[in-house]
Amino acid sequence: MITITVNEEPVEIAGEMTVAVMLQTVDVPPNYLAVEVNGEVVPREEHPTQIVRGGDVVEVVTLVGGG
Amino acid sequence: MADDLSDDKPFVVGGYELKSRLIVGTGRYDTMDQMAGSIAASDADVVTVAVRREKLYDRQGKNILDALDLDRLRLLPNTAGCYTSADAVRAAKLGREILRTLGNPGSDWVKLEVLGDTKTLLPDPAQTLDACEKLVELGFKVLCYTSDCPVTAVRLKAAGASSVMPAGSPIGSGQGLLNVNNLKIILEYLKGDDPDYPVIIDAGVGTASDVSEAFELGADGVLLNTAIAHARDPIGMARAMKYAAQAGRLAYRAGRIPKRLYATASSPTEGVITTRPYGSSDLSP
Repeated sequence: MITITVNEEPVEIAGEMTVAVMLQTVDVPPNYLAVEVNGEVVPREEHPTQIVRGGDVVEVVTLVGGG
Repeated sequence: MADDLSDDKPFVVGGYELKSRLIVGTGRYDTMDQMAGSIAASDADVVTVAVRREKLYDRQGKNILDALDLDRLRLLPNTAGCYTSADAVRAAKLGREILRTLGNPGSDWVKLEVLGDTKTLLPDPAQTLDACEKLVELGFKVLCYTSDCPVTAVRLKAAGASSVMPAGSPIGSGQGLLNVNNLKIILEYLKGDDPDYPVIIDAGVGTASDVSEAFELGADGVLLNTAIAHARDPIGMARAMKYAAQAGRLAYRAGRIPKRLYATASSPTEGVITTRPYGSSDLSP
């Protein structure tokens, strides 16, 4: 197990994995999400190849109502 | 807009032509259905959305993207809640990524909002200008929320903002247009030698007459949210806003009469059959 930070919360994941695999564990359709790893947006095309490693700081956001 | 405005010049912001001059927010509604009904009643084709962390596990209810008609609506992501230029740039990039993957055509634009105070939600002009410059550099079309300060408005336009969006009054306050003189100066300074430059009144609208007033002043668009979402009948108010926008725009194009201190009679003053009881009704010395 490795620990990463997702939206400021520590999260344990099985090991290093791609962003795409990591997103399979959440309940939000992936095309509604944008992902940032260590402060850089990871474009959708790179989700299957970009690896999340222990200690990475991940931000996952969606769109909500706003003015 | 209605057929009465079919000969109006196009409302173009950041290279996109909008069908409606009203842009509405998607926040603060009781239900997603109420939001969708209100957007439809307002006739807006651009809606603002916010970028937020959402509960990723055991999620209840729909995502807003399930409720919006993305075939008809263009999304305008905002940077609401940001207090620094760096956070606003980050939020803009994340919003762009979601819109890009959704295939929504407005994916390179952003409503920039960098706040300076939690109580008034007034913008921080220094952080806003810095973020505007950085986002323009990154290729964003920046629709920039600002105060009614003419100097800041001019600086933001010079920094490359696609539209400057001065507030009528504080966000969600419903106070309408508090400093009409400043708004007139902004319109003159930004549009005087560049009449197609879009100026959008953003924030503070309380009811339909505020929208009409903004258009009568010469604003190109109005952006509002709470005035509809928190009305007793949001869908009814959305309809009122639609007609207020049309009435205001028509009045602007038709040209209002100047305000005068004294009266001018509408009926002929010659040939009157009346007498004046005290010899004269002229009270002035």
